[in-house]
Amino acid sequence: MSESSSGTAASAPAAAGGANKTAADARFLRIENLVKEFDSVVAVDKVSIDIRKGEIFALLGSSGCGKSTLLRMLAGFETPTSGRILLDGRDIAQIPPYERPINMMFQSYALFPHLSVWDNVAFGLRRAGLPKDQVADQVEKMLGLVQLKQFAKRKPHQLSGGQQQRVALARSLAKRPQLLLLDEPLGALDKKLRERTQLELVGIIESVGVTCVMVTHDQEEAMTMASRIAIMSEGRILQIGAPAEIYETPNCRFVADFIGNVNLFKGKVVEDAADHVIVDTPECRHYVGHGITGTEGMEVSVAIRPEKIRITRERPGGAHDGFNCVEAEVADLAYLGSYTIYHLKLATGLLVKASIASVERLPDWQPTWGDKVFASWDEYAMVVLTQ
Amino acid sequence: MNKLLARLMPNNPGRAVVIGVPYLWLVLFFLLPFLIVLKISVSEMNVGQPPFKPLTEMVDNFLNIRVYLGNFISLFDVANDDLYARTYLSSLKYAAWTTIFCLVIGFPFAYFMARARPTIRPALLMLVMMPFWTSFLLRVYAWKAILTTNGVFNQILIGLGIIGEPLHMLHTPFSLMIGMVYVYLPFMILPLYANLVKLDGRLLEAAADLGATPWQRFWLVTVPLSKSGIIAGSMLVFIPCVGEFVIPELLGGPETLMIGRVLWDELFSNNDWPRAAAVAVVTILLIIVPLAIFNKYQAESQGERT
Repeated sequence: MSESSSGTAASAPAAAGGANKTAADARFLRIENLVKEFDSVVAVDKVSIDIRKGEIFALLGSSGCGKSTLLRMLAGFETPTSGRILLDGRDIAQIPPYERPINMMFQSYALFPHLSVWDNVAFGLRRAGLPKDQVADQVEKMLGLVQLKQFAKRKPHQLSGGQQQRVALARSLAKRPQLLLLDEPLGALDKKLRERTQLELVGIIESVGVTCVMVTHDQEEAMTMASRIAIMSEGRILQIGAPAEIYETPNCRFVADFIGNVNLFKGKVVEDAADHVIVDTPECRHYVGHGITGTEGMEVSVAIRPEKIRITRERPGGAHDGFNCVEAEVADLAYLGSYTIYHLKLATGLLVKASIASVERLPDWQPTWGDKVFASWDEYAMVVLTQ
Repeated sequence: MNKLLARLMPNNPGRAVVIGVPYLWLVLFFLLPFLIVLKISVSEMNVGQPPFKPLTEMVDNFLNIRVYLGNFISLFDVANDDLYARTYLSSLKYAAWTTIFCLVIGFPFAYFMARARPTIRPALLMLVMMPFWTSFLLRVYAWKAILTTNGVFNQILIGLGIIGEPLHMLHTPFSLMIGMVYVYLPFMILPLYANLVKLDGRLLEAAADLGATPWQRFWLVTVPLSKSGIIAGSMLVFIPCVGEFVIPELLGGPETLMIGRVLWDELFSNNDWPRAAAVAVVTILLIIVPLAIFNKYQAESQGERT
């Protein structure tokens, strides 16, 4: 559901305007070779990203990967060591934060505790020197947008976490920024509320039409909310793409491992054709149904997602008999309601995870501890990782 | 009252003792002496020992209680003698100026101390508290030596050729203010620091993000959020300053009227205990009580917030 809603956001600007406008929109926010060093520690290392107008873009990575530093440079709280940040063609790297057309929703919100909800939302508008009636109009509009009109007179501490989050959103949108930054927008909420709020937040951001860069360490949050995701590690961008692209075709072992679960088989390319490759690993021989940029004899890893593995009692026959199948013993299993996770121990000692959706459970046979089973997968289930 | 009893006598006797000891101390050495002062303030002066007449006497089997209000009336009898009124106003004025100077000097000090690297904060804090290692009296005397006509300060100024003749600084309002601000500055800095060090830096970033210039951030975020520290520091400076005796005595001059000195004169020079007691009672009722109420109200509105 969220996929489709964020999908429209990404395609909307492309549909609007002529070719020139589209090209400019595709580089609405341009980050070029951005570097930030703290006392010779490189926090952000030559990062370049083009962000489209109107899209929600997520920087995803574990803590200390540089994503927050990158966001703080966009907001203006950190000065880049080198590189450029172009917003709508204008270099903003040297502009102080209070003069940038950018607003940020802070992690755990940073609402002013001494001001009412109304005054919190009005804070930025008053600093912009707007006349009183315009300030009032805009604050009312924003509070209506986040459905908090009846709480206007309350102080932040009198609100629940979810309400505070909406005040923070209203405050950051009040000045109609060209760019909205979200720093772990839902990190302070509990899980149930977080799931509901994710879609709510996307809905509001899209209704306003603001370009948005968010930082998160929660992959589910990034995949739900963002139209595109950049995976960061050690200050670098490893891969940029739509959520499905990153999940289905990770470009390196780190990304494959970071997003979801993955089984990795290490081996060598023994046959490299245009439409397929064959990889030999100690466990089995893999027939991969797509070509790779590599050579025969190259060391690679074959990545297979747990949900793409089938478990059967008999060795399955098929088009590529003898490929893509291993014999294993069920070492452990965990029934999680909608699916079951099996830990399969192979003869080489490698543990393979397989998750079987409950809809595929057979009525007459369920693998259990100690069972000898066959794990198999088809030729399109795999990704060959060269890095 | 029930609340107080419940607090004084909880189920846990150990807790009662711990809470009770300071209460007992305050009753014995603050409340009782105050009641004695109150009693003396409504007595008539007596030449002899004790220097005040008793409040009660038996005459023809009648117990006569004689509450004499002359001491209080004369304090407010401005037409006859406005010394007391002027002294109260002047004490308030000096205390207010001291508070303002301490705030103006102390706030930036506390602010940068709170913003300093955590590793050097304890050292800075120690520097603020360092004067307490020397006797208060000695420090005030030292100022006397610095500010006197042949003192260090004048000699330096003459040596630098800035002035030809030594300036008369000691026993003026100037020297009084120097002494008061110097002595009370730490009492302003410490509560301000304790408050500012808790100030969430992200609130300042949020303000900057929303378009507030550094100056606006200070007035719209830092100052309102350090209000409780400003109030606490101002109380700690203002209240003792009003009744300050030693500094005006040593550094003040004849024109620097302060209530502490008047009280001293009444007690020791005029031997008029009842009037001295009345001066003290009025000081407490007029100045300390309203401030205490204000402080309590402030504390409550602060408590609501957190």
